[in-house]
Amino acid sequence: MNEQARPVSDEPQMRRRVEMVVNGRPRSAEIETRLLLVHFLRETLGLTGTHVGCDTTSCGACTVRLQGTPIKSCTMFAVQADGLEVTTVEGLAQGGKLHPVQEGFKEEHGLQCGFCTPGMMLVSAALLEENPNPTEAEIRFAISGNICRCTGYQNIVKAVQWAAQKTQSGQAATTVA
Amino acid sequence: MAVVEEKVTTWLGRSVKRKEDDRFLQGRGNYIEDIKLPGMLYMAILRSPHAHARILSIDTAPAMQVPGVVAVVTGADLVAHKLAWMPTLSGDTQAVLATDKVRLQGQEVACVIAEDAYTAHDALGLIDVDYEPLPVVTNPQQALAEGAPLIRDDKEGKTDNRIYHWEAGDQAATERAFAQADRVVSIDMHYPRCHPSPLECCGCVADVNPASGMVTIYMTSQAPHVHRTVFALVTGLPEQNIQIISPDLGGGFGNKVPIYPGYVVATAASLLIGRPVKWIEDRTGNLISTGFARDFYMDGELALRQDGKMLGLRVNMLSDQGYAYADAQPSKFKAGLFHVVTGSYDIPAAHVVTDGAYTNKAPGGVAYRCSFRVTEASYFIERLVQKAAYELGLDPAELRRLNFIQPEQFPYTSATGFVYDSGDYERALDLALEKVGYRELRQEQAKLRQEGKGKLLGIGLASFTEVVGAGPGRQFDILGIRMFDSAELRVHPTGKAILKLGVKSQGQGHETTFAQIVSNELGIPPQDVIVQEGDTDNTPYGLGTYASRSTPTGGAATAVVARELREKAKRIAAHLLEAAAEDLEWELGRFFVRGTPDRGVTIQDVAFAAYTNLPEGMQAGLEGVHYYDPPNMTYPFGSYVVVVDIDAGTGQWKVRRVVAVDDCGVRINPMIVEGQIMGGLTEGLGMAAMELITFDEEGNCIGSNFMDYLLPTSMETPHFDLFETVTPSPHHPIGCKGVGESATVGSPAAYVNAVIDALAPYGITNIDMPVTSDKVWEALRSKGVG
Repeated sequence: MNEQARPVSDEPQMRRRVEMVVNGRPRSAEIETRLLLVHFLRETLGLTGTHVGCDTTSCGACTVRLQGTPIKSCTMFAVQADGLEVTTVEGLAQGGKLHPVQEGFKEEHGLQCGFCTPGMMLVSAALLEENPNPTEAEIRFAISGNICRCTGYQNIVKAVQWAAQKTQSGQAATTVA
Repeated sequence: MAVVEEKVTTWLGRSVKRKEDDRFLQGRGNYIEDIKLPGMLYMAILRSPHAHARILSIDTAPAMQVPGVVAVVTGADLVAHKLAWMPTLSGDTQAVLATDKVRLQGQEVACVIAEDAYTAHDALGLIDVDYEPLPVVTNPQQALAEGAPLIRDDKEGKTDNRIYHWEAGDQAATERAFAQADRVVSIDMHYPRCHPSPLECCGCVADVNPASGMVTIYMTSQAPHVHRTVFALVTGLPEQNIQIISPDLGGGFGNKVPIYPGYVVATAASLLIGRPVKWIEDRTGNLISTGFARDFYMDGELALRQDGKMLGLRVNMLSDQGYAYADAQPSKFKAGLFHVVTGSYDIPAAHVVTDGAYTNKAPGGVAYRCSFRVTEASYFIERLVQKAAYELGLDPAELRRLNFIQPEQFPYTSATGFVYDSGDYERALDLALEKVGYRELRQEQAKLRQEGKGKLLGIGLASFTEVVGAGPGRQFDILGIRMFDSAELRVHPTGKAILKLGVKSQGQGHETTFAQIVSNELGIPPQDVIVQEGDTDNTPYGLGTYASRSTPTGGAATAVVARELREKAKRIAAHLLEAAAEDLEWELGRFFVRGTPDRGVTIQDVAFAAYTNLPEGMQAGLEGVHYYDPPNMTYPFGSYVVVVDIDAGTGQWKVRRVVAVDDCGVRINPMIVEGQIMGGLTEGLGMAAMELITFDEEGNCIGSNFMDYLLPTSMETPHFDLFETVTPSPHHPIGCKGVGESATVGSPAAYVNAVIDALAPYGITNIDMPVTSDKVWEALRSKGVG
């Protein structure tokens, strides 16, 4: 019953200024200290590609990269990310070119409703930076903190493999439509 | 290098990459939570902690004091506007906000509307509700027992908790069949309560303009047109002033078919306050209060001859509906299409008795990727057939083969009155067995059994037949609205087109699949066809997407309206070519004069002429609308084989292999079809192995978040091997049958049959889902194994 479980306080909420580099761009705002990172990204910055699916760190729809590491932004306060670098799905494409992972998801039908897709792609991109040629088991392990309700994961695995191959063969990425 | 352009002769069977992907891949989708309007307020719902209690008082004054709170709404406020109760899609009633009593844990009691979401949630904790707890009913047996607490005492004249008693089939004929039987095999099972849990919860933004009286409701809706009509009936607002816009949906699986209290309160609040109101459900609210699935207690018997021929089937089914009958059932079918329970088998006589009961649990069992109770029916017969095979000493594949409806028997009328359109069941089963290496697996199984080292191998089959694609409208309706669906197609002067549909995608790829249907009929390539859905002001009336009905109904409507436009295009082409229309021939995208292939015009030429150079007396434009009422349902089928390895020492089971043969008729986009099947096979595994909503004696919901309600991750989900056979539907314009739910219907029985197949030699005949390792271990231990 988490709707009831939220603390009630008569005190005015504390506010603080935070500064972050989000998708390569310095951003700053004065916010309530209790503001979750996902709400900072979605509401304060208007980056709505990051989604909320479960509120309990279980589903991974809210995954973003903090200093390069995938984290679940629904269970982190924005003030905890003060001074750090954040990458969201909006920051995946670079210089007008889709990230190979984005291309892979389209080529291999790695998404259906698209709700888990941003988190899945960010985790996959982080995996490929660490391990450019992962096995199926390594891919499945890497995405195991992210739930997809539509695809059954098989095509997500293929999408990551597609991206790995594409990155390794060093072909030019497709221009963003 | 010369590029040879392939001449396209059909757009069916082509895995066109999805048109909708680009926005989702770049975080540019437009889901309900992404919608923000000027002056928008936020709503949060206070839910009941009790499963059954009388409300003695509600004090909202402290909540109203919180800075930023604009209003607190209770049931009493709604009574004044006659909005405290609303109709369900099955014609029952459901509370919007509780007035007299709460009847499930999680029921909506009050709503706070505030300047921001955090403030709204803060204020919930300051609402003081005084409850007097009442005795709780948590299962239907208890509900129907003598002296059970009356749950719906709000309904005048209601004296018990029974919702319906409904029978199908022929009782006398079935009794005769059983009298002639050599063997009677029985089974008794519970298909437990589970939940569709789309990754996106429900929500809405209600925007009532006090000046114009226009009501715009952005909401997570699989059936926006029906919802508009219900909103008009509930609120008394004129229907032309109501616009429902269902944006991108983050999954649905049936969960977004019903109308939930949150939508109604947000709309009422916007009406009263005069500002837009947003409500976004949290996961706990979604799991404990919205459309669940299943919760069927099923027992029954199969009458057989000694040689394995099935003679008759008897089924008793008791369903736990929660506190309201709210599962969007076609009005003539109280237990949905459960009576398709004879499945793929030629069973001459059947009798189905069904009862529904109120309990202190969430209402709305429409949900979870199931065409009106077909999932439960398929699970029942496929489990029972396996048990019968063991009792007769036959291989489960052989017993199925012996009783399949044969290809020459179609159209086949089942003992409960369904007219199956087409099928070739043995071909699908044979293919599945060949691909999985059935004989070798049985040999391996025998060897492992002989070795007796605690390694068990199970092979489970399911040869399911579904009934999907409702209408026909003469038989099927929701609240009296016939179950047709619609398509409106406009071809612009430059030869590009827009297709508007009454159905609504939740991730199924309609923007691509339905564009391909237009392409296939008119030769306009898919990239030139935009598909719009979800906005009731901008699309023709339709019943929406669920029950695998979009391609059978909306897809058929698209093909028919495109053909109608082609007829008009032909007359324009004749005018342009100065030939008689009868002398024209059509190749995809082009008319030409018979015998003179060079003398022709493209569909794009014709489209331009439709606005610039028309035959005398012809109306301008190239557009039309078609409302398609299907002549029959469609009957997709398939055979699945699941292979599991079980460690008898721990009860742990692991899927080694899944081979799925699906026959959904003609496949428009095979890539999308296979995506649907793999998703369904995964949800089927979820139901079979881990997904469960259960309750303690006080009616506390266990399974109210994703730490307790377990969904399959990439680790449990196996690799799937998919194959197809193609038996077109004879009555669908392009031979399609629908596929969205095949795998959730067919696969749970295959998974459970595989586990039971491994345990059967020890006398274990059933384990209710979810078949967790501890249940397997307990079952083995009770037989002295492991």
